[in-house]
Amino acid sequence: MSTQVIAIENVKTGEVTEAVYEHPLVVRVCHWVNAVSLFVMVGSGLQIFRAFPSFGAKIPQKDLINWPKAFAIGGWLGGALQWHLTFMWIYLATGLVYVGYQIFSGNYKQVLFAPRDLPGVWPMVRHYFFFGPKPPVREAYNPLQKHAYTSAIGLGVLSVLTGFAVWKPVQFSWLAWMMGGFHLARLWHFLIMWAILAFVFGHLVMVVLHGWNNFVSMLTGWKKDPEYLSK
Amino acid sequence: MNLRIDERKFKRISRRELLKLTPLVALGAFAVPALQKPLLKAGLGFSDWASGKLFRPGHMAPTFADSDLTPFSKFPINGYDVDDPGVDFDRWTLTVAGAVQKAGDYTLAQIQTLPKFTQNTRHVCVEGWDVIGNFGGVRLSDFLKTVGADTTARFVTVQCADDYYESLDMATALHPQTLLCYEMYGQPLTREHGAPLRLNIPTKVGYKQAKYLTDLKVTNVIERVGYWEDQGYSEFYGL
Repeated sequence: MSTQVIAIENVKTGEVTEAVYEHPLVVRVCHWVNAVSLFVMVGSGLQIFRAFPSFGAKIPQKDLINWPKAFAIGGWLGGALQWHLTFMWIYLATGLVYVGYQIFSGNYKQVLFAPRDLPGVWPMVRHYFFFGPKPPVREAYNPLQKHAYTSAIGLGVLSVLTGFAVWKPVQFSWLAWMMGGFHLARLWHFLIMWAILAFVFGHLVMVVLHGWNNFVSMLTGWKKDPEYLSK
Repeated sequence: MNLRIDERKFKRISRRELLKLTPLVALGAFAVPALQKPLLKAGLGFSDWASGKLFRPGHMAPTFADSDLTPFSKFPINGYDVDDPGVDFDRWTLTVAGAVQKAGDYTLAQIQTLPKFTQNTRHVCVEGWDVIGNFGGVRLSDFLKTVGADTTARFVTVQCADDYYESLDMATALHPQTLLCYEMYGQPLTREHGAPLRLNIPTKVGYKQAKYLTDLKVTNVIERVGYWEDQGYSEFYGL
């Protein structure tokens, strides 16, 4: 991975800070398109769920939860399906472009959780959740972060696969069969959505905690004065 | 070692990179009321087109053992209007019209002379629930052959006793598991389940499987797609 680093000089003080080009354009575009399509997929998915908010039998029907309409997209089942069946293509295309780009550019090394990251997970967990000392920062993403992003990408793949099993349980009968049939595939699809939402929640908390400079890097690509470069 | 630039230049670079994201604003078109409807229509249209491409005429829907069947009493009725539109069985016929050589009225007895097939298949509702039912009847493809249908036509449309209407793409109509169904669970159809004749199409979602059929037409042009489709649901909805 050839990271692009530049030195920025403050003309008045002569002070020099460094900046790293962390997020290539394709990654940034995919990130924001995905943020929008994920929002629509979850919102419309919940409206679809409202039509039969259960994973049991139709007779007798035992509703799991009465999901509020205000937190759903589409207004009615048909409308929600229009949103879901439109944005699933955007969601899928974004995922394919992202994964394809990461593989062919080699940029995946930045985000992919590898066996060598394993020893670094526990110190990071201890730091985040149990007031442990902060492990040294050596690269853009720490081992726990890589684990989270890699899992999120995996969940994205699973959301598409379970989605196809629900949408086409006959044409992709092998896919539905692997998931225990249409009935269970629908449950997996739902649970994977919650797993993704759990990731999104953690992600947003970390974004807030890490501040503006970090947030801006997903817009401009450049991160000023990243920790892993500092002396 | 590194390129050294001043702060203003960095700001310029950053701004340029940010501006490269501006095309993403196009997604906002989905939030514009005037554009939302046509965009979603196009999206659903694309989905339906892809569904048509994914449909394989020789691929069978999964079938199940008798022990997997949902009990008949727990097979939902799900009429859109009335459970029993009051069909007069003695006078009932299926009126066949359109691109067929032998248009006319067909009695249930005439239809039942064709080979009978039974199948345990999954019935999936657009709402999300599913049941496994036992269905018996004749292949729609056999019936179309009997009436001398032009199977190069694009659609088979049906009209129901309760004003419900549906249309099927010809590929699905000719699929071996697409039945003109007159039995469920080994018994003649009950009125609630669409007596005397309904469609059973394991490769389609539930709303395509119209009940209480009265008319069948083979055609290249349809003015109306189906009761639910014309309100905004998927036109193809193949499973």
